[in-house]
Amino acid sequence: MKKLLERDDDFLLRRNHIKDLSDEELKSKFWKLSGEIVDPMIELSKTHTTPSIERSVLIRMGFSSLEAQPLVELAIDRGLIGKGVGHVVYVVSKEKDMSIRDAGLELLEEKHWDFVIDYFNKRGEK
Amino acid sequence: MNLKPNEKLDVREILENLENYAPKRRGWVWRKKVGQQQIGPFEYNNCSTSLKNSVGIPSSDYFDGLDPQPEEVITTEIASGRFEDDIRRMRMSAWHGADHIMVIRTAGQSHMDQLIEGTPQGIGGIPISRKQVRAHRKALDIIEDEVGRLINYHSYVSGEAGPDIAVMFAEEGVNGAHQDPQYNVLYRNINMVRSFVDAAEAKKVMAWADMAQIDGAHNANATAREAWKVMPELMVQHAINSIFSAKVGMKKENICLSTVPPTAAPAPALKFDLPYAVALREYFTEYKMRAQQNTKYITSSSREATVTHVLNMLVSRLTSADIQSTITPDEGRNVPWHIYNIEACDNAKQTLVSLDSLMDMVELKKDGYLVEEKREIQERAVLYLEEILEVGGYFEAVQKGFFVDSGKYPERNGDGIARDIHGGLAAGTVYERDEDYLAPVTAHFGNNNVAQYDEKFIDNPSGLIGGCSFENRDLIQFIDELDDEDNVYTRMDKTEKYRKSDIIKPEVQWLGDGVVQVDLFLPTDKRHAKYAALEFAKHMNLKDPEVIHVEVLHPSEGTRVQFKGVLDFEVDLSKLEIPPEPVLLDYDEIREYVKNRPIKVVAGTMGEDEHSVGLREVLDIKHGGIERYGIDVVYLGTSVKVEKIIDAAIEENADVILGSTIISHDDVHYKLMKRMHEVAIEKGIRDKVIICAGGTQVTPEIAVKQGIDAGFGRESHGVDVATFIVEELRRREK
Repeated sequence: MKKLLERDDDFLLRRNHIKDLSDEELKSKFWKLSGEIVDPMIELSKTHTTPSIERSVLIRMGFSSLEAQPLVELAIDRGLIGKGVGHVVYVVSKEKDMSIRDAGLELLEEKHWDFVIDYFNKRGEK
Repeated sequence: MNLKPNEKLDVREILENLENYAPKRRGWVWRKKVGQQQIGPFEYNNCSTSLKNSVGIPSSDYFDGLDPQPEEVITTEIASGRFEDDIRRMRMSAWHGADHIMVIRTAGQSHMDQLIEGTPQGIGGIPISRKQVRAHRKALDIIEDEVGRLINYHSYVSGEAGPDIAVMFAEEGVNGAHQDPQYNVLYRNINMVRSFVDAAEAKKVMAWADMAQIDGAHNANATAREAWKVMPELMVQHAINSIFSAKVGMKKENICLSTVPPTAAPAPALKFDLPYAVALREYFTEYKMRAQQNTKYITSSSREATVTHVLNMLVSRLTSADIQSTITPDEGRNVPWHIYNIEACDNAKQTLVSLDSLMDMVELKKDGYLVEEKREIQERAVLYLEEILEVGGYFEAVQKGFFVDSGKYPERNGDGIARDIHGGLAAGTVYERDEDYLAPVTAHFGNNNVAQYDEKFIDNPSGLIGGCSFENRDLIQFIDELDDEDNVYTRMDKTEKYRKSDIIKPEVQWLGDGVVQVDLFLPTDKRHAKYAALEFAKHMNLKDPEVIHVEVLHPSEGTRVQFKGVLDFEVDLSKLEIPPEPVLLDYDEIREYVKNRPIKVVAGTMGEDEHSVGLREVLDIKHGGIERYGIDVVYLGTSVKVEKIIDAAIEENADVILGSTIISHDDVHYKLMKRMHEVAIEKGIRDKVIICAGGTQVTPEIAVKQGIDAGFGRESHGVDVATFIVEELRRREK
């Protein structure tokens, strides 16, 4: 186990730069710092996804949890999660002219995946 | 489906046609704050509207059933592991004033990287599945009509399947949830990056569903070695989750801080708890306070837990609370039982109603210790935030073990919880979104390239697919059961006779569980007492006895022991011999009788008993006592000797003697009754007078066995006594 920092209470030294702030100024500082701490995590969340986010998208698109789980796994295995698994289903539905639900169920039967990979590759080349 | 107060809720009816059930509404509801209002004989300033159906605290009997409802939302946490039995407890809790039903999840659910389906039994909570959530919400939709107040249903959006659960909750009309990625990171060791990315999506969904969110900061208090030292950190944890949630898009008024008073007696608790509460509320003015009880120092003593709870509510009222949580007094020894959920609700109601208008009478000091201490906590919190940024941000701070360190920041004891950014469960499962990433659904957080297909749906991504389940419930896939054995139907079949017949068994959490609790004093030391108690349990025919609480009264003189065990015995209600309920005569009938046949009564408290309140209520005209019927009462006072009462009866030529006796030590009350009977015989008036006795500890059947004519217990009023006198005189006339 890595050794963690031990430190005596140096509050009286540390507070020097804030001790003269008014209550209002100190409160503003509290919220400004808090905002700065979470900003990078907000940015990270905007630009990333996870299996559970993708499952939650599929559930909203009309799939059960039992269907969403393997669909996401299939997409991860094929390197497609970055496109959005709901996106994959949407593409099959749109391009193959079938309902969202049928598209997802056929993808679960491992159909259309090559088509989808091809579809994204071609768009990427454009 | 309508509920009638005199009928049980049919759980099978709740389960019927569940696949087609849609919740009545979504979103969190606050209690209506009424301000100044008259309820019964009193004026209240901190109460909400009263309920249509409710059970007041026990003493409401003295106040004509008065049952004012505090203005705070009141939480009760229900967690038996069988959701079907929890439904009954929800109804009982709602009647006692709970409007926030929090359902604890089964152990280990936060480590399941998927939703649970069906209705398997849980441990220390229920496996939260769509079916169980839907059944609960359906039941509460009916219960809230019965009590006449909207009820919030709440569980947890945390763990590895946070976004999945959030979506399911939004679809099922769940009204509130715990959501705080810091909980995943620190206490569940789920990868920190995954936890925050998931949290953003989950919170966005919760915001769409207008759910209230409760954070997880109170766990730092419950985990730290010296809990009162983590006050600066608690401020920091609250801030991180609050501002993160607000930035994701949650309304600030739906973001609630789970705040606990950090310490408890024997510490001088208020010296810590009050400055902390003030410090927190000064900074989080735009957010809501969910006041939780301190659980760090809870023990198996239900009395002690109750006192802590009450004192914590004093802090709530001295500062503020929007939601008042109730921790059950048995939290320190088992998963909460029915009776303790109700005790907890009653504790909250009793305390908060007692404290009505407190802040109209007192105010917190604006200088001195309270203000200095508050400012210090705030400064320490600001320094904490500064150092998080200095070391490179939140993730780095977690890696360095900043959190749940037992030092009072900036003091550090090196015993914090450190996690690796690349470690923990589900590490390596966060993927970058491509430029053309798409999620064609409502309430999705972050980059979503809708424009690549249709610019007009940029603000409404689900328009691409003609709407998602948030717009069209028909899209929801309902899964019934996955396990033929472990499901609600097989569980209910096993206990069906307790539902469909007159056979009953004692119960603490599950129908027919047979568990009873025994409380006893043993005149020996702690260790002997514990083992002796188990021996007594065996002789009481209790199966699986287990000591749940031991308290030393004196190291050698004696020990209090509480134990539980299973009583394997049933009672058939249809075979009980129950005396008929007495029929009371109405006012005019008694009055008319007394007019034609005047009645004289001599009354007093007997022996050495100075308690006259009960007797005065039975006698006095202003309390609805027997005087109002025109009965002539000669009040002899308190502590009247038996001989004196009989002499007075002779002197006054009384028809009736009323003796009151509260003191029951060594059965003195029954002995006095017997003595009255005997002295009346000695003095030759027994057949001329009706002798009655009453008191809180009087059992009517036992009183009569002493030779007197009637006994009256704690439920009795003037009308009961007057009815008896008139009927007895009629009998004697015949």
